[in-house]
Amino acid sequence: MLAYAIRRFGQSFFVLVLMSFLVFVGVYAIGNPVELLVNPQADDAERIRATAALGLDKAFLEQYWVFLKGAASGDLGRSFVYNVPALSLILDKLPATIELAFVAMVIAIALGIPLGLVAGLKPDSILGRGIMAGSILGFSLPTFWVGLVLIMVFSVQLGWLPSNGRGETVTVAGVPLSFLTADGLLHLAMPAVNLALFKLSLLIRLTRAGTREAVLQDYVKFARAKGLTQGRVIGVHVLKNILIPIVTVIGLELGSVIAFAIVTESIFAWPGTGKLLIDSINQLDRPVIVAYLLVIVTLFIFINFVVDVLYSMLDPRVRLGGAASH
Amino acid sequence: MAGLVLLVAILVVGVLAPVISPQNPYDLAQLDVMDSKLAPGEKSPDGRTYWLGTDDQGRDMLSGIFYGLRISLGVGIASTVFALAIGLVFGLVAAYFGGWVDTLVMRIVDIQLSFPAILIALVLLAVLGQGVDKIVVALVTVQWAYYARTVRSSALVERQKEYIEAARVLALGQARVVFRHLLPNCLPPLIVVATVQVAHAIALEATLSFLGLGLPITEPSLGLLISNGFQYMLSGKYWISFYPGLALLLTIMAINLVADQLRDILNPRLRK
Repeated sequence: MLAYAIRRFGQSFFVLVLMSFLVFVGVYAIGNPVELLVNPQADDAERIRATAALGLDKAFLEQYWVFLKGAASGDLGRSFVYNVPALSLILDKLPATIELAFVAMVIAIALGIPLGLVAGLKPDSILGRGIMAGSILGFSLPTFWVGLVLIMVFSVQLGWLPSNGRGETVTVAGVPLSFLTADGLLHLAMPAVNLALFKLSLLIRLTRAGTREAVLQDYVKFARAKGLTQGRVIGVHVLKNILIPIVTVIGLELGSVIAFAIVTESIFAWPGTGKLLIDSINQLDRPVIVAYLLVIVTLFIFINFVVDVLYSMLDPRVRLGGAASH
Repeated sequence: MAGLVLLVAILVVGVLAPVISPQNPYDLAQLDVMDSKLAPGEKSPDGRTYWLGTDDQGRDMLSGIFYGLRISLGVGIASTVFALAIGLVFGLVAAYFGGWVDTLVMRIVDIQLSFPAILIALVLLAVLGQGVDKIVVALVTVQWAYYARTVRSSALVERQKEYIEAARVLALGQARVVFRHLLPNCLPPLIVVATVQVAHAIALEATLSFLGLGLPITEPSLGLLISNGFQYMLSGKYWISFYPGLALLLTIMAINLVADQLRDILNPRLRK
């Protein structure tokens, strides 16, 4: 287990360094940030001074080396636009994104697994077919368009829900949270549902497929023959066995929810990291783009690791490290 | 069946857009700013009816959607074909040669697939800039890995079979064994993946264009039309965004329905 963790950590570190280099090469090629930052009337001396102040006069490899040295001590550079450390800018916005992603995931799980169970147990009933049709629709609807329709219906036509921002927040342990206030919940409702929709459809399909296979197995027939109640057969014998792939997918999708939050945050003007990324791309704020990607990738690597460990705990047949399997 | 009919109809509209559109929405001489933001069904002073309304520049939305469909379909299909070709070659080579080639290709695939497609495409487009060619490059980059993985897994099974051994015994060239013998037998599972991926590519392109990173305003896809209408939505002019979105939804649904049917047809376990 320890050897596995160390090897995994080494691989992740290599991926991070490789990715930082690729991203650095990439953002280095986009436009000239000085043109956007300096007053258009400024003379050449002023431009040269600004270029030097941002460290952009150095050779490319030297800039990368300065970045790596900073990164090793937790400094990912300063934002060109806001002139504050890029990392603190991202960490300021991260709670909003994680809150949104988390609430969306809870909605997807709380609705997706029960609906999938129903559709899997009664695949030919009207309800089962309706749930499946809904999930195909959920797969087909582009996230951003659903967001627009939600705004059109609930903000413009009905006027029930606000269309932008986080609303009132409560600070818990230094972290502002929206879901603890009534106003915050109103603001959270549409973005969270919007973000949850795709994952909800995915979980319905997964649960349904797993249930349909599980109910045909001998252990389920045996449990029925023993005279167990329907609730116990489904709740314990079926659910426990289909949960393994579901947990894996939930874990892996957590990363993609955070990535897709970029779209949802842009539509609902949710002040999270995704909106910050789009703004930074438009303003050529290179340090923030690089820092965002490094933070998000580190988060992904961490999530993937936790999922692998959880997976091996849930399913005793899985052994980490692959040593025993050969 | 309904899915197939719908898909064929959408393809025909996309191909024939310049012929069947009431106006060329990008010929400025045909636009009249006096007609801007008309509601669906309203008539312009010169007597023509805009069935789906007009946008902020007086463009007929119906024509805009036909032209946008053409671009969205083109981008989706082109990127899928290129990604399929690249994925096929890498997947086949990895499976056929094995060893370090296999390890290298699959490690790259694993690393790439551990990141969400939208994030990779977003960063690539931020670097490359706007344009049809650039979005195709970005979509190919995020898609090839799926094909490489799918091809490799079916090729690993196929290469154990006797016909490959027979081809080797005949001392055929390696390229001939890989592309003439192995390739055709690995195709069926790919057809379903590729169909679904066209829908994914179209949705991804629309999303990126909506975020302002995909196509330039001179070549508007459905996503860009939706994005353009977003700012008028809060003032109740829903049609500028809503109808392009509906067209996008129908396209993606038609493709997904056809893919589901294909999967059933190609699945030997469901064959009677």
